Amino acid sequence: MRLSREEVQHIALLARLGVDEADLQKFSEQLSNILENFEILQKVDTTGVPPTSHPVALSNVIRDDEAAPSLLPGEVLANAPREEDGCFRVRAVLE
Amino acid sequence: MMAKRYLSIHEAHELLAKGEVSSVELTEAALQRIDEVEEKLRAFVTVTRELALEQARHADERIKSGEFSVLTGIPAMIKDNMCTRGTRTTCASRMLESFVPPYDAAVVEKLNAQGMVMVGKGNMDEFAMGSSNEHSAFFPAHNPWDLERVPGGSSGGAAVSVAAGECIYALGSDTGGSIRQPAGFCSVVGLKPTYGRVSRYGLVAFASSLDQIGPVTRDVTDCAIVLNAIAGYDRQDSTSVDRPVPDYTKSLVPDISGLRIGVPREYFVEGMESGVEQVIRQAIGKLEELGAEIDWDVSLPDTPAALACYYIIAPSEAMANLARYDGVKYGYSAPEAKSMWDAMEKTRQYGFGPEVKRRIMLGTYALSAGYYEAYYLKAQKVRTLIAREFSEAFAQCDVLVTPTSPTVPFRIGEKMDDPLQMYLSDVCTLPINIAGIPGISVPAGFVDDLPVGMQILGEPFSEEMLLRVAFAYEQATGWGERKPPVQGKGR
Repeated sequence: MRLSREEVQHIALLARLGVDEADLQKFSEQLSNILENFEILQKVDTTGVPPTSHPVALSNVIRDDEAAPSLLPGEVLANAPREEDGCFRVRAVLE
Repeated sequence: MMAKRYLSIHEAHELLAKGEVSSVELTEAALQRIDEVEEKLRAFVTVTRELALEQARHADERIKSGEFSVLTGIPAMIKDNMCTRGTRTTCASRMLESFVPPYDAAVVEKLNAQGMVMVGKGNMDEFAMGSSNEHSAFFPAHNPWDLERVPGGSSGGAAVSVAAGECIYALGSDTGGSIRQPAGFCSVVGLKPTYGRVSRYGLVAFASSLDQIGPVTRDVTDCAIVLNAIAGYDRQDSTSVDRPVPDYTKSLVPDISGLRIGVPREYFVEGMESGVEQVIRQAIGKLEELGAEIDWDVSLPDTPAALACYYIIAPSEAMANLARYDGVKYGYSAPEAKSMWDAMEKTRQYGFGPEVKRRIMLGTYALSAGYYEAYYLKAQKVRTLIAREFSEAFAQCDVLVTPTSPTVPFRIGEKMDDPLQMYLSDVCTLPINIAGIPGISVPAGFVDDLPVGMQILGEPFSEEMLLRVAFAYEQATGWGERKPPVQGKGR
């Protein structure tokens, strides 16, 4: 399994990860090497084996919707890179 | 002051209770040790000097009033991926370099309620991704047994600070070995509890189905004491398990006669150093001497596929968890950008280091259209098989014993250019997270003055059994008594 420069670029786009030319080269090489070694997975016979997403068999953990103290807006916004009028300020979504 | 350096929790507590030492004195001794050796070790991302002294004064008042617990006034370090209200929590990443959490992680809240003195936040591999602490975005930590070598990772700072006397105990987190491997590399005790035993609320998520918080301590007794304090159901973590918490110190009985101990042969892997193998075989011989029945012929045949299984599942979960770092709500944000997407890409390009990027890429690939079934779904099925093999083994054996790592601590820089070699460093520890079972690493000896750890594994919620075996072994050998040579001045 070789990953081409173009494939790496596509994955970076999906992950919204800015990459430069050197990254593309390096990741293409390293990820290819890693994935080649992971071919061992394909050799394991998993016919009829269900997938495990979680080590503890829990499903649909629910609880009552009770009011409880929560963080104040000022505390929540204290780490915001940009804020305005008690809201997170974002860059224009539509160009 | 020398005598105070390597006190255990239970020893320090005894002195505090008798009034022979104050928490302020213990805290000052820890801070002084930090001043002496920290330049060489770099175990801390942040030292919280003032907070620690304030907490110590408060603890001393509590002790005077008579209302205190075994952890009141004891200096501790918290790995820097657990939220601490008012103290920055960086995950050793530029992304969170100046992030100050507005709330405490559940474990921090629990320890604070007991009167913890927090001396600082622990260095680590960025977002807990790494096996050597070299992937810290700030600086690598150094092994106190040999400053040219890595302390292991990702909870490198936690293991170093406990081993070198910069604090008395620490909390680490373990996703594929991140508590046990550094504990082994630094000759301290490290426990990864059963998945769901300890609340993950306020632990910055790496791989949510694998992450678990646990103690890093000087001895097995301390490990039980800290586990007592942090274990238990938490409604804020829907994956925590509602199950009574026993008093783990009750399992500290130095008697393992008649226990069935299995040695899975796949763990004596190719590439394992002969010195490490020798130490572990001797340790197993010691367990036999103590009356355990050793089964040398246990097999976990899918172990060779565990590494690939882990490195598909963990990065896939990581890429989803790390999608939240978009430069909008908190964390680093690229100051100049043409558009929203450009801002997000630049934020993540600068904010994440190379290993984090590599794993985000790997996870994104494994989950992308056309590869999901071949990689992610396949890995999930192999995960089922690995968990089944463990549960079959535990039908025959009370515990399994393996090396914690196939090598002694390696040289700083040695594996940085070869991610796959670095990943192999966790080959003995990561199957345990895949299966969600508990594992403990205890000091088992040395090869050329470099520490070797022995890993003890049990079925889900068998922490009492693990502590019992670890305690019996520790009492019979005392490897943890030996202290690292790191000195304040010169080399």
